[in-house]
Amino acid sequence: MFEEVATTEQGDLVINVGPQHPSTHGVLHLIITLRGETIMKIEPHLGYIHRSIEKMCEGLTYRQFVYVTSKMDYLSSHINNHGCVLCVEKGLQLEVTPRAQVIRVLMDELTRIASHCLWWGALGMDVGALTPFFHAFREREMINVIMEETCGTRLTMNYMVPGGVMADLHSNFQKRVKQFIKDFKPKLIEYDDLLTNNSIFIERMKGVGILSKDDAVSYGCTGPTARGSGVSCDIRKWYPYEIYDKLNFEEVLETEGDSYSRYMVRVREFRQSLSILEQLIDNIPEGDFQTKTKAVLKLPKGEFYSKVETARGEFGVYIVAEGATNPYRIKFRSPGFSNLSALDHIARGQKIADMIAIMGSLDFVIPDIDR
Amino acid sequence: MWSLSSITDIVQTWLGSTFNPTIALLLQFVMAGLLVITLFAVLGLVLVFMERKVSAYMQVRIGPNRVGPRGYLQTAADTLKLLMKEGLVPAGADKFLFNLAPYVVMISAMLLMAPIAFAKDFQMWDLNIGVLYVSSVSSIAVIGILMAGWSSNNKYSLLGAMRSGAQIVSYELSAGLSIISIVILVGSLKISDIIASQQDGWWIFKGHIPAIIAFVIFLIAVTAETNRAPFDLAEAESELTAGFHTEYSGMRFALFFLAEYANIFIVCAIGATLFLGGWMPFHIGNLQAFNHIMDYIPSSIWFFGKTFFLIFVIMWFRWTFPRLRIDQLLNLEWKYLLPISMFNVLLVTIMAIMKWHF
Repeated sequence: MFEEVATTEQGDLVINVGPQHPSTHGVLHLIITLRGETIMKIEPHLGYIHRSIEKMCEGLTYRQFVYVTSKMDYLSSHINNHGCVLCVEKGLQLEVTPRAQVIRVLMDELTRIASHCLWWGALGMDVGALTPFFHAFREREMINVIMEETCGTRLTMNYMVPGGVMADLHSNFQKRVKQFIKDFKPKLIEYDDLLTNNSIFIERMKGVGILSKDDAVSYGCTGPTARGSGVSCDIRKWYPYEIYDKLNFEEVLETEGDSYSRYMVRVREFRQSLSILEQLIDNIPEGDFQTKTKAVLKLPKGEFYSKVETARGEFGVYIVAEGATNPYRIKFRSPGFSNLSALDHIARGQKIADMIAIMGSLDFVIPDIDR
Repeated sequence: MWSLSSITDIVQTWLGSTFNPTIALLLQFVMAGLLVITLFAVLGLVLVFMERKVSAYMQVRIGPNRVGPRGYLQTAADTLKLLMKEGLVPAGADKFLFNLAPYVVMISAMLLMAPIAFAKDFQMWDLNIGVLYVSSVSSIAVIGILMAGWSSNNKYSLLGAMRSGAQIVSYELSAGLSIISIVILVGSLKISDIIASQQDGWWIFKGHIPAIIAFVIFLIAVTAETNRAPFDLAEAESELTAGFHTEYSGMRFALFFLAEYANIFIVCAIGATLFLGGWMPFHIGNLQAFNHIMDYIPSSIWFFGKTFFLIFVIMWFRWTFPRLRIDQLLNLEWKYLLPISMFNVLLVTIMAIMKWHF
């Protein structure tokens, strides 16, 4: 495996951050070369949570493989499933009922808020403030309750099926989402008081870990990470799926490219997602929540690609079909992997404490990086 | 009424009448030592419980509420657990220093208990250089922390210890300067003199704005000196896992933990003594009636009330602020706090010479 090195020839200290470390948020292994407290090099090592999900998917039918993807980016499992069913529907040329489309978008945005909530709390912990974590989890819990009622589970929802959603909305859904919107708005001000406007926090995040616009593009960064550098890349705007083209929301862009702009993008996305929820919650069309499909799905021979915007960036699903009941080859394009590749570049020359803050601002979910 | 001094008087007269003077003195030493150790244990239990409850209420949760009535026995149970745990010494560690380090930190905290006046006439050792003693002994703790970090043979520990060394040495300057500003006003280093000088009002009120500046700087500096968030870089849970005590387990870890809380208590007690009058009740100048009413509240309650208020403030810091980075931390001290406190000492000196203070 890896050679045990204590110091390099230049006398730099080599430390292992992870695979068990409080702020890698999972089993990420970073081998960091330090000169004093300054980072000279970061070498990420993956593979600790590799489950060969893509290979597993190839053995499952088009109905079944969707649910394995919940375990990739477990914080936005709903949106992962969404990407998969979109790809299958593309292959089958299936029309989704308007009601199912609206339900999917509602669930996506709720998932995005829940995911950003967790990120916000965890980022607070990374920079040393422990209280935000609990405040964020209080709000995330409300979403989990909504999810539990309608989907039956709290984390890996498995609610999407090719052709619609698995079950109709729970009768409490509208009431609870409205209550959530009402409760969450004042909480956003509280979030700003706790972190956004805290001078120590600003000091820690501003001008740290700068990712230029060109670098963001060349590293293939997507999602809030790239939008923090001013790269317009929101799939919901550029390649709208479902009903996103009919909705009124803006793509959040910041130009600085530092940790603080990445932070600000996500915090501002809270409000955009809330506005989408507000637009849709009273306008859920009546009708079927699922189109009639055959019991056994068979994609025609060909290659299909679809992409969705998860809370972390662009999630792509690439299916090569041979006309059988299961895919011949599947490849997922996960946002975390590309975002991680930029870490070494932007953290060099920063302090080790900044590296942790940068990692927090890139919002890694390790099972997503390491499928 | 309620005065602890009457108890000490009774004990002293009984000892004096029963034993010969040498043995009586020896017994007094033993009793004082036992009292300090007991106080330590009790403080550890109370403060850890307080911290957990304070943090719980700040973090919209309830906190420990299972062990004993309302969870009061939680920390006792935790201590029991730590006592039973195996104390591991990592391979490659310097065993002697590794075992010694927690005791150095602990003993420096214990020594600091000596000059603190817990109530009227209830003080172990009213030495004439009281405040100087406090600021010098408190810097022994950093040696223990450096020892722990170096001997653990762990890179995280080493980084934590080095940070801690830089941090404590720097912040001692502004803590010392803010203590000096009160010493200048009083004209004595003796703790009892400092308290007696606040008979007609606490220094934070009598010393105008310079005393308030000194108080604020003192609070910031001691938070840094006790390695508490937002200055907990020596531990820095999210970066260095646990900093200098990463490798410690069992009772050795508990000693570090206990020493941290004892240190918080001591610095808050010193802060309360210097700026908020120690055990002295709240007096306003010559308002005899008001002062008499205030005197009815026992002095020990005044002392512990003020100290625990300051402890609460320090806990409040911890659960609200993010952590600073090491260079920001040193910038704050050398570029802002130190020049301000030096200028402040100058102001206080002028004030003391011109007798502008009340």
